Amino acid sequence: MNITIIDILWWFLSVVAIFSALMMVTSKNPVYSVLWLIATFFAISGHYILLNAQFLAIVNIIVYAGAIMVLFLFVIMLMNLNKETEPQKNRWLKIAGALAGGCLMLILVAALKDAAAKEQVASVNQGNIGLIKNLGKELFTTYVVPFEISSVLFLSAMVGAVVIGKKE
Amino acid sequence: MPILNYIILSIALFSIGIVGVLTRRNAIIIFMCIELMLNAVNLLLVAFSKMHMNTAFKAGDLAGTAGTDGQIFVFFIMVVAAAEVSVGLAIIVMMYRNIHSVDVNFLNRLKQ
Amino acid sequence: MNNALQIVYLIPLLPLLGFLINGLGRNYLSKTLIGLIGSGSILGSLILSIWVFMQVKDGNTFVAEYFNFIAVDKLVIPFALKIDQLSAVFLLIITGVGFLIHVYSASYMHEEKPGHFGRYFAYLNLFVFSMLLLVMGANLVILFIGWEGVGLCSYLLIGYWFKKQEYNKAANKAFIMNRIGDLAFLIAIFWLIARAGTVSFDELFTAVNLAKLSASDITVITLLLFIGATGKSAQIPLYTWLPDAMAGPTPVSALIHAATMVTAGIYMIARSHVLYSMDAAELTRNIITYTGMATALLAATIALKQNDIKKVLAYSTVSQLGFMFVALGTGAYVAAVFHVMTHAFFKALLFLGSGSVIHAMGGEQDIRNMGGLGKKMKITYGTFMVGCIAIAGIPPFSGFFSKDAILLSAFMKSPVLYAVAVFTALLTAFYMFRLLIITFTGKFRGTDEQAHHLHESPMAMTLPLIILAVLSIVGGLVGIPEVIREGGDKLSAFLAPAVSSMPHEHHLSHSDEYLLMGISTGLVLATILAAIMVYRNYQRKEATGFAKVLENKWYVDELYDRIIVQPLHWLGGFLKDIFDLKVVDGLVNGAGRLVNYGSRQLRLLQSGQVGSYVLLMVLSMVLIFAIQFFLRK
Repeated sequence: MNITIIDILWWFLSVVAIFSALMMVTSKNPVYSVLWLIATFFAISGHYILLNAQFLAIVNIIVYAGAIMVLFLFVIMLMNLNKETEPQKNRWLKIAGALAGGCLMLILVAALKDAAAKEQVASVNQGNIGLIKNLGKELFTTYVVPFEISSVLFLSAMVGAVVIGKKE
Repeated sequence: MPILNYIILSIALFSIGIVGVLTRRNAIIIFMCIELMLNAVNLLLVAFSKMHMNTAFKAGDLAGTAGTDGQIFVFFIMVVAAAEVSVGLAIIVMMYRNIHSVDVNFLNRLKQ
Repeated sequence: MNNALQIVYLIPLLPLLGFLINGLGRNYLSKTLIGLIGSGSILGSLILSIWVFMQVKDGNTFVAEYFNFIAVDKLVIPFALKIDQLSAVFLLIITGVGFLIHVYSASYMHEEKPGHFGRYFAYLNLFVFSMLLLVMGANLVILFIGWEGVGLCSYLLIGYWFKKQEYNKAANKAFIMNRIGDLAFLIAIFWLIARAGTVSFDELFTAVNLAKLSASDITVITLLLFIGATGKSAQIPLYTWLPDAMAGPTPVSALIHAATMVTAGIYMIARSHVLYSMDAAELTRNIITYTGMATALLAATIALKQNDIKKVLAYSTVSQLGFMFVALGTGAYVAAVFHVMTHAFFKALLFLGSGSVIHAMGGEQDIRNMGGLGKKMKITYGTFMVGCIAIAGIPPFSGFFSKDAILLSAFMKSPVLYAVAVFTALLTAFYMFRLLIITFTGKFRGTDEQAHHLHESPMAMTLPLIILAVLSIVGGLVGIPEVIREGGDKLSAFLAPAVSSMPHEHHLSHSDEYLLMGISTGLVLATILAAIMVYRNYQRKEATGFAKVLENKWYVDELYDRIIVQPLHWLGGFLKDIFDLKVVDGLVNGAGRLVNYGSRQLRLLQSGQVGSYVLLMVLSMVLIFAIQFFLRK
């Protein structure tokens, strides 16, 4: 088995993603958590590029890592939450939570390991379905109605955010 | 790349998200964990989309667009996630304003 | 299916229509009209029955299928009517005697209020309808519909005067006792369906289907059918309802005892005689014989000391039914049917006669308060006497021939049985003449008002009496024994295609047969003379000793009360006070308390902590995946 550059990149990105995710969960300071999450998102975007889904990779960076995570940062900064506020209470609940999550992972892996699709391969670094041209065409023809409706969703989310956040 | 790798990676990220939701009490971090879970699912969707494309390729459909739907779905999930985050953060701000904390353990009004 | 007999459905339909019209219009129609509709519908059936009888006599038997009554998988039970020799004879008896009773009723019940008068005739018509359906049904299920119908109608009619609690009790008793028998009958039907797969007489009594039944099947089925028959036909142990059924109006008693209801059991066994004639049914036949004999003897002894004119007749019916069962048990099916016929004539006559007496006495039924009525009521007296002679069995009255046939059959079985049967016949003669003499001769013992009121009944009541008296005299001539006149037994010859008696193992010489007839006739005459001597100067006195036991009907009712009713009451009380309160209520309350306790504990889960909810959710997911995962393995 010869190791290609893609294999190396894949494993590297995977390790980065999982490590950053773990750091995000374990960091005491919320600001660090946000930053680690951004790192995770970048790693996932890297995976998208590996899969030749360039449009999603870019959108992921712009929307998630850019807009959403900055929004998180704003909220944390605005409310002055950037300190280690969480008192270490109820250690058992944490252990139970970690165990439950671990169990879920094990059982999911065990269940899906034997799935019918396990012999299948996701084609890496080829195919043009992830290109903007292709997706855009699909989006504005087949999925044009959901696309337009999603703009209504944004509008209502905007209104909702303003109404909720407004001072009485 | 074998699809099993992607499945296991996604499950790992998803489970980390779950563990975060279960162990952390800071509402913002819980929210971020949810985003992480969404991304894990997105990654798997893209992988599956490419898997379908690969199958179609092997069947000889070189110019086909099999698997596009999966990526469109990811796009829509991002749309919904963005809307969700805007509302969710507004709720967290509201909560902070009312109880001066973002600790979910103070949010036990459901008991009544 | 192009057969004129197809219209036989009109025979049961006419009384049904009469029932509907009278029942629905009871408050609007005049009494005359109700009487006309009630009697007219039966008359129509009678005319059709005579026509059917003529057809059958020409050898035209027939099964008319109309529609599928039940169709489940392979089991198809059509609504079909069977016309053959047996049902034709029963049709004539039912519609003929039934018609006379309807005419009589119109006069007897004339003092009832209009609404109740209509109700009475509606029930009466429904009764006849049910009985017609019973004898015409081409399979056991249709027969069972009629069987239940007569049970229902007897309940309705016995409790006709529902304002008297006693009468309601009598009606309940009749219904419940019948139900016990019906249950056995129903099980027999199920058994037959399960084993033979059919309940249709024509299909069932073929060699192919009979071969499907094992010997034990046949024993069980015949026994169950017989238990059903004991309920309807008032045999030990289910006979006590019949005397109590006297609570109903007298014409109803006549209808129950003579034309319908009690003959149903006889008919059913005669109809399924193929089963009973099989070797495997030997045990059942013996049981039937001895049950019938015991019933006949027991009822006859009770009748000796009864003082209610209708009760005496009721026990005599039970006794005569016992005779019929002896005939069935000894395989003399024709003799049983013959006795049903003659019994229908003279018992209807006796009951209607007693109704005439009760009518004249203003509702009085106690013979101790009667006496000397013969002077005032000549027609009733005369016809009643004919009935008594007929039931006593003096040639050439009808009762002689049919009873002789049964006695002969009993003699073939065993001389002891014969002796008991003759003894019972003597008792019959004795108590009937006791009744006749106490009621119609001697001095009047009632009140002056009653004496003043005494009168002969109107024409509409006496005419049926006269007709029935004539039938009682000549009715036996259709079955003259072969030894007296060659070819005299027309009934056997007629019934032969449908029912034929089992052949006897050995044959009696003619002189022996004459001897037996002579013995029974001589003894009966002597008994009648004795009865006349004993009761010529009847004085009222309290019964003592053994007579008291008889007067109280061997305390059978009390016995049943002690061994069945009271334990049931006790059980009911136990269930109500202990079982229901402690166990049932305990379970119910316990379930409530359990839920209460459980919810109080489960409430603790509802902590309000979002974290714990999510934890539970995740654990549940793990569980679901795990189950999915391990079950697939």
